[in-house]
Amino acid sequence: MPANRHNGFTEYGVGLGLRVPHYRHILANQPTCAWFEIISENFMVDGGRPLEVLDAILEQYQVVQHGVSMYFGSADKPDRTHLRRLKNLVKRTKTPWLSDHLCWGSVDGTYTHDLLPMPYTMEAAIRTAQKIRQVRDFLEVPICVENVSSYMEFHASEMTEWEFLTEVVERADCGILLDVNNIYVSSRNHGFNPMDYVNNVPHHRVGQMHIAGHTKFEKYILDTHDHPVLDPVWKLYAHATKLCGVTATLLEWDDKIPSFDEVHAEALKANEYIADARTAQNGKN
Amino acid sequence: MERTKKRSAPAPDLAPRDLLAWQRTMHAAITRPLAPGDRAQRRWFDGSSSARAVAKLVKPSRTLRPLERVEIYNRMYWFRLLDSMAQDFPGLRALLGEKQFWPLIERYLAANPSHSFTLRDLGSRLERFISREPSLVVPHGAAARDLVRFEWAQIVAFDGPSRPRLKKSQLAGVPGDKLRLSLQPYLTLLTCRYPVDEYVLAVKRDGALRTEASNAVAARTDSAGGSAQLIRGVVLHIAVHRVDNQLYYKRLESEAVRLLSALKAGHTVAEACAFAFARSSLGVSEQAEKIRGWFALWMRLGWLCARE
Repeated sequence: MPANRHNGFTEYGVGLGLRVPHYRHILANQPTCAWFEIISENFMVDGGRPLEVLDAILEQYQVVQHGVSMYFGSADKPDRTHLRRLKNLVKRTKTPWLSDHLCWGSVDGTYTHDLLPMPYTMEAAIRTAQKIRQVRDFLEVPICVENVSSYMEFHASEMTEWEFLTEVVERADCGILLDVNNIYVSSRNHGFNPMDYVNNVPHHRVGQMHIAGHTKFEKYILDTHDHPVLDPVWKLYAHATKLCGVTATLLEWDDKIPSFDEVHAEALKANEYIADARTAQNGKN
Repeated sequence: MERTKKRSAPAPDLAPRDLLAWQRTMHAAITRPLAPGDRAQRRWFDGSSSARAVAKLVKPSRTLRPLERVEIYNRMYWFRLLDSMAQDFPGLRALLGEKQFWPLIERYLAANPSHSFTLRDLGSRLERFISREPSLVVPHGAAARDLVRFEWAQIVAFDGPSRPRLKKSQLAGVPGDKLRLSLQPYLTLLTCRYPVDEYVLAVKRDGALRTEASNAVAARTDSAGGSAQLIRGVVLHIAVHRVDNQLYYKRLESEAVRLLSALKAGHTVAEACAFAFARSSLGVSEQAEKIRGWFALWMRLGWLCARE
């Protein structure tokens, strides 16, 4: 049964990000994998190889869409052309839910191609929630918003990041893609306790989790997705899973990508924590 | 990197009243060209201190000052866009070399920021840019333009739209002077003064050899080009296209290009054939033989479509 109202996909288990270096292996060997997360923008094209690969993947696997350019937090209105392309892809993949980030990244039609942190203000929360509702109504698919990793904070902020996230998702009545690596990275960069974040988000709205690796520099931590998941992130994941229940989980590995088997083995470590959460959940029921 | 002219434009608002104004200011700070050493510019748009300006919006951390925090995003913005352009235009990079390629791309991106949700479209205006700014590619002007057109055509061929292939049954019974056809949208016909197809293959081969010789998973080359050379030769006609979603280049005879171009422009097949051989000394039977061969090939490659 679903762990919560926004998590109807409890049994999805652990998925992987679909990445180009693994295409050949996946198509040739059809390895067991619970589901793949695709970056929507990589397949919002008019034709050619990307769509051929996607269709072949869809024949064998469940695919969930994850976006990087909706920019729910940008003050601009949603781009209708972008939305139409996205909706075409949603129809193609039949994604059970769709995620994108709680961030901004474009202004006046100019794109940064980055996931920029928001000022945590009530004005921003209201506008962002309104945009999420518009997008969901247009796409007709449940939406989860993901917390981003960040390297700067603003004087304009009126609340903590987790309060802002809560304000947005409650107003939008949407789900959360809780990225525990991003929480850890931001906590180190901004000096807050990551457990406070995990403890205070509305757990009943967490529909998916992300885990990933990061890189430590002398003065800050960068969200690089080019390493295995580090211990503090696993601890945070274990804690979040206990609070949120069994949740579809995905490992992101986007740079210096090792073999499919290596990435998959890293992702499957999450099963240990999911089993604990399942036991706890069954105990409650 | 490019120096910003002091006091050339109104400075972004450091006391923004709403989210849009705030985002405009942060966007300006993050997308500014980097200073030498890949650092954030020390001077704000109005010539005042950038450190003091961004400190009005951005908090310091325990280890970083506000401008250092902005600098992380400033660098990531430029590195991401520059890397994307280098991936899309490896031939141009090899031709120009590092010292000319990177300043060109920085100038291009400063003048042509991304207006698309995808980085795929980032280089779409590069040909026009170097045509307007020829000094940036001296002494490689014509070769650089040929390469940019050729490399952009590969992007179009990779994931551009396709239309249903023309079937033989659609030709049956339609006389040539009534039949109008069109070409696949992913097919680009180029006329070049330089053998850019051979050059780009050589550049990629050099790159592959360097990558094989390296243990890095995704080695980023510090220099490009290797032994490949681009020497002006006879005028070439090249079709950039795809078959079974694999990218291909094909050299064409000039008459074939004239014929295809005329079809694309909306002329009937009969008009296009006449146009193709208007300056030819070939006999009628030789022309007919060539046309039959070309159409058979183009049908096989799926280049021809019914006109909508």
